[in-house]
Amino acid sequence: MTHSLTLRASVLSALIFFIFVATWHLATSGSSSVAQMDPEYAKLMGLTATTGKSAMPGPLDVGAKILEHLRAPFYDRGPNDKGIGLQLAYSVGRVMLGYALAVLVAVPGGFLIGMSPLMSRALNPYIQILKPISPLAWMPLALYTIKDSSVSAIFVIFICSLWPMLINTAFGVASVRKEWLNVARTLEVPPLRRAFTIILPAAAPTILTGMRISIGIAWLVIVAAEMLVGGTGIGYFVWNEWNNLSITNVIISILVIGLVGMLLDQALARVARFVTYPD
Amino acid sequence: MTDRFISIESIARHYPQAGGGSTTIFDDLWFSMNKGEFSCIIGHSGCGKTTVLNILAGLDLPDEGVAVVDGKAIEGPSLDRAVIFQSHALLPWRSVIGNVAYAVSSRWRDWSKDKVREQAQRFIELVGLKGNENKKPSELSGGMKQRVGIARALSIEPKILLMDEPFSALDALTRGTLQDEVRRICLDTGQTAFMITHDVDEAIYLADRIVLMTNGPNAMVAEIVENPLPRDRRRIDLHKHPDYYALRNHLIDFLVSRSRSFKDEIPAGYQKRHPPVVRPTANPKAPEGGDALKVA
Ligand SMILES: Nc1ncnc2c1ncn2[C@@H]1O[C@H](COP(=O)(O)OP(=O)(O)OP(=O)(O)O)[C@@H](O)[C@H]1O
Ligand SMILES: [Mg+2]
Repeated sequence: MTHSLTLRASVLSALIFFIFVATWHLATSGSSSVAQMDPEYAKLMGLTATTGKSAMPGPLDVGAKILEHLRAPFYDRGPNDKGIGLQLAYSVGRVMLGYALAVLVAVPGGFLIGMSPLMSRALNPYIQILKPISPLAWMPLALYTIKDSSVSAIFVIFICSLWPMLINTAFGVASVRKEWLNVARTLEVPPLRRAFTIILPAAAPTILTGMRISIGIAWLVIVAAEMLVGGTGIGYFVWNEWNNLSITNVIISILVIGLVGMLLDQALARVARFVTYPD
Repeated sequence: MTDRFISIESIARHYPQAGGGSTTIFDDLWFSMNKGEFSCIIGHSGCGKTTVLNILAGLDLPDEGVAVVDGKAIEGPSLDRAVIFQSHALLPWRSVIGNVAYAVSSRWRDWSKDKVREQAQRFIELVGLKGNENKKPSELSGGMKQRVGIARALSIEPKILLMDEPFSALDALTRGTLQDEVRRICLDTGQTAFMITHDVDEAIYLADRIVLMTNGPNAMVAEIVENPLPRDRRRIDLHKHPDYYALRNHLIDFLVSRSRSFKDEIPAGYQKRHPPVVRPTANPKAPEGGDALKVA
C-alpha cells in the first residue's frame, strides 16, 4: 500500500491499453489466407486483401491516419472531403444550438411545472407520451415541416434534450425543502427574488443532472441524425467513410465521437460541482 | 404590565383525519404576551405547540379566531416576527455571513452591500462566531449552526422572536452557553420572545411567563405560570433560589400528571378566555392569580 490508488489505477489503465493495442496489432498483421480467398471477393474487398494484409487496419495504420488528420483537421475540399475537425465542429455546433434552445424552454418550463401542482397535473400526460418517442421518429415530420435538413437535425437535438431537463427541473423545483421556503416567507422575499435566491440554487444540482443526461443523449442522437440527413457533421463523415470503405477513418471517428462526448459530459460535471452544495 | 402586545384570541386548528372527519388540535385557545416579555410554552409532544408558533409566525393560519400582534391581525409572515427554526434551516449554498446578509438585505432592500455586510457582521460577532464568516453551514457544528440561525433572526431587528425548540438538538454544554447568550441579548434589547421548549430548566431560566398546554387533541391552555425568580437570575445558581423548587415542582407535576388529567377535572371558575395565572413560590402566602381576575 505504498502507492496511491490513483497511481495504481493509472498503471493498470496503461496496461489495459497496451494489451488491447498489442492484441489488435497481432490480430490484424497476420499474412495468411490470401490464397484461399476467392479472387473475385478479394477484388471486391479492395487492395489490402490481395497484399496479404488483413482488411482491418491495425493500430499503426490508425495512428498514422490520426497524425494525418491532426496535421490538417479543418481543410475543406468540397462536400465529400472535409477535415474531421471541421465535421466535428458542425456536429458540436448543431448540438449546442439544439441543446441551448432546449435549456431555454426546459428550465423555465420546469420551474412552472414544479411550482404549480395544477400545471404539473395538466402537462404530465403529454410529457409521459412525448418522452419515450425516439427523437429520430420526429425526423420525417421535421423534414416535411421545416424543409431544411440542417435545421431538422437541430430540432431533433432540441426535442431529445428537452425531456430529461424538463422533468429534472420540475422535480428539483417541486422538492425544494419547505424550511428554506419558510425562511423566504418569514423574510417576505418577493416571488421573483425567491425563485432566483432560494429555488434556483436549491434545485440547481438536480437541474444539472438533467442537463448532463440531456447532453449525453443529444450527442448520441446527433450521429444518427447526421447519418440520415447527410451533408456535414461527424455522423455523415462516418457514413461517408464507410461508403469509401475507409475503415481506418471509421475507427478514428468512433474514437473521436467518444472523446467529444466525454468532454461535453465533463464540462457539465464541472458546472455541476460548482453548484452542488454539501448538506 | 397590561399592554397586550401579542394576543391569541379563540384560535382553532383542525386537521383532516385519515379515515374521514377531522381532528381538532385545539379550539377556542386564548392567551396573551406583553411587550419585552419572554414567554415559553411547554406541553407534551403533539399537543400543538409548533402549530401555535407557526400561526404566530404567519406560516400557518388558524381555522377560526385570530392572532393579533400590536393591534393587527396576523395574515401572513412578516419581517417583524423572526423565526428560529428547530432544524436551523440555513441555506447550505451560502456562507455564514451570506445567510445572515440574505436576511438583512431582505429586511432593508435599499441598503448598500457594505451596510448589509456590516450589520450581518455585527450580529455574527454578537453570537460569538467571529472568524467563521466565510464557512459554509456544512463546516459548522450543530451549536454553531444554531448560532447562525439566531444571528439571522436577530439581524433583522424583529419586534418578536419566535423559537421552536431551538436548542433541543444540542449537547447540554452548548445549550447552556446559547441560553446565556439568548437571555443576555433579549434582556439587553428588551426583545419580546416566544419559545417552545421541552426542558423545564430552560423555561425557568429564560421565561418570564410559562404557558402550560394540556395534551392533545383538543389541547387547552391550563394556566399561565409567572416566574417568581428575580430577573438577574443566573443559570448556574438557579437552584439556590428559594422559589426554584416550588416552580420546578409545579411544572414537573403539570407535565407528569395534570397535562393529562386537566381536561377531566377542570378547576371551578376556569375560563378558556382567561386561563388562570399562578405564581408558585416557596412562601404559600404569596399572592396568587393575576390576569385571571383582571378584566379582558
Ligand atoms: N400537516 C398535518 N396534517 C395532519 N396533522 C398534522 C399536521 N401537522 C400537524 N398535525 C398534527 O397536529 C398536532 C400538533 O402538531 P404540532 O407539530 O403542533 O405538535 P407539537 O406540540 O409541536 O409537538 P412536538 O413537541 O413533538 O414538536 C399533532 O398531533 C400532529 O399529528
Ligand atoms: Mg413541534
